[in-house]
Amino acid sequence: MPARKGKRATAAPRRTAARKAVEAVQPAARQRIRVTVNGHPYEADVEARTLLVYFLRDTLGLTGTHVGCDTTSCGACTVLLNGEAVKSCTLFAVQADEAEILTVEGLAKDGELHPLQKAFWEDHGLQCGFCTPGMLMTAYAFLMENPHPSEEEIRVAISGNLCRCTGYMNIVKAIQHAAQEMAAR
Amino acid sequence: MFPAPFEYVAPSTLDQAIRLLQQYGADARLLAGGQSLIPMMRFRLANPKVLIDLNRIPGLDFLEEDRGVLRIGAMVRHRAMERTPLIQQRYPLLADTARVIADPIVRNRGTVGGSIAHADPAGDWGAALLAAKAEVVITGPKGRRMGQRTLPLEDFFTGPFMTALQPGEIVTEIRVPAPGPREAGAYLKIERKVGDFAVVAVGVQIALDADGVCRKAGIGLCAVGPTSLRAREAEEWLIGKRPDESVIARAGELAAEASQPTSDTRGPAEYKRDMVRVLTVRALRKALERIPMA
Repeated sequence: MPARKGKRATAAPRRTAARKAVEAVQPAARQRIRVTVNGHPYEADVEARTLLVYFLRDTLGLTGTHVGCDTTSCGACTVLLNGEAVKSCTLFAVQADEAEILTVEGLAKDGELHPLQKAFWEDHGLQCGFCTPGMLMTAYAFLMENPHPSEEEIRVAISGNLCRCTGYMNIVKAIQHAAQEMAAR
Repeated sequence: MFPAPFEYVAPSTLDQAIRLLQQYGADARLLAGGQSLIPMMRFRLANPKVLIDLNRIPGLDFLEEDRGVLRIGAMVRHRAMERTPLIQQRYPLLADTARVIADPIVRNRGTVGGSIAHADPAGDWGAALLAAKAEVVITGPKGRRMGQRTLPLEDFFTGPFMTALQPGEIVTEIRVPAPGPREAGAYLKIERKVGDFAVVAVGVQIALDADGVCRKAGIGLCAVGPTSLRAREAEEWLIGKRPDESVIARAGELAAEASQPTSDTRGPAEYKRDMVRVLTVRALRKALERIPMA
């Protein structure tokens, strides 16, 4: 089912509480969901079993979010759901109804890379790049709540994200670098 | 990997959820944080026909101390247990536990109630909350006792991934006795890497009287039996004694005797049994260090 990209100014009216209550108690194999991804509202019919990562990639075409292990281990599929880092392979798209999602595509603004992206570039915080979207989103959520982290805190924060190139040294360095850049702004 | 098709429903009240559970019976599963259930569905180890999502029900994520009891709403996330000052300051056993569950991203979603209801013998909350002498509040269809009953956690676990939950019942709260004076705990875990299940983990809670004599002890063992286990003989051994090194060493041996480990990819049974001993000793030391003796 193709997604319809809504216009921000003319978003459809929110469902009324009463209608939602009726909808809510009826199990369904498909459901219509509305989500805001990187500031853009989307509406789509999804199968209940569709995992959020496949909705983002296959339905919305946002392939920046990677499917890595598909077993909740690697963190490559990490996105922000209402501001919190989640593994999007371990959440159904229907659960994200009415949520705000931020993916790696939403980090750059007006053609300008986010300081984290710049730091990963400058400090060689990626080798093959497969884990990078997840690393960036995890680091983004982490720096929002801890803008001046120690190296130890950074290492704990990314402990749910695997880099199979084992390029952790430069990933940690890049996050430290980005934290300094962001604090200086 | 895709789960088998299912029907999804997100009730907005507990009553609706219970009604749905009654209606669909064994075909239905409850979805809390989903960090165990969704992987199981992807592997098709779990194939519910109806998935009842509890995340849209308000009021299940309270976390407060009330008249000598810590009340943990079933939908409290591991992350909240890790970050809430009340837990960090008064319940070091629980704060220790939260910090070593899965990984930080999984902890954003996973819930205490979900973990308990999942009843994985390798789940960290099971062992920690047994040590804390927790009770489980279960809400079911109205009728008897306003639909609520409370069970000691020990009686709640009936086997691997099996609990005392009856059809139509939901875990809604976990209750932990608030610590008295000179009381503390600790949780120690051996894991191969962050995010893996425990090779072995041990939780302890201990209280001393004014003379430094043990008046209360709880010891929970993780991943060394068909359920999370309570090391009852070790607990009884400690009561009434001053927990010096030799007393602690014996408690470690008794805890090891209470464990029922099996050999697997995480290590041989012998090794695990000895690690129960080592972790029990270390956790008791750590808990005792945390007790300020004026």
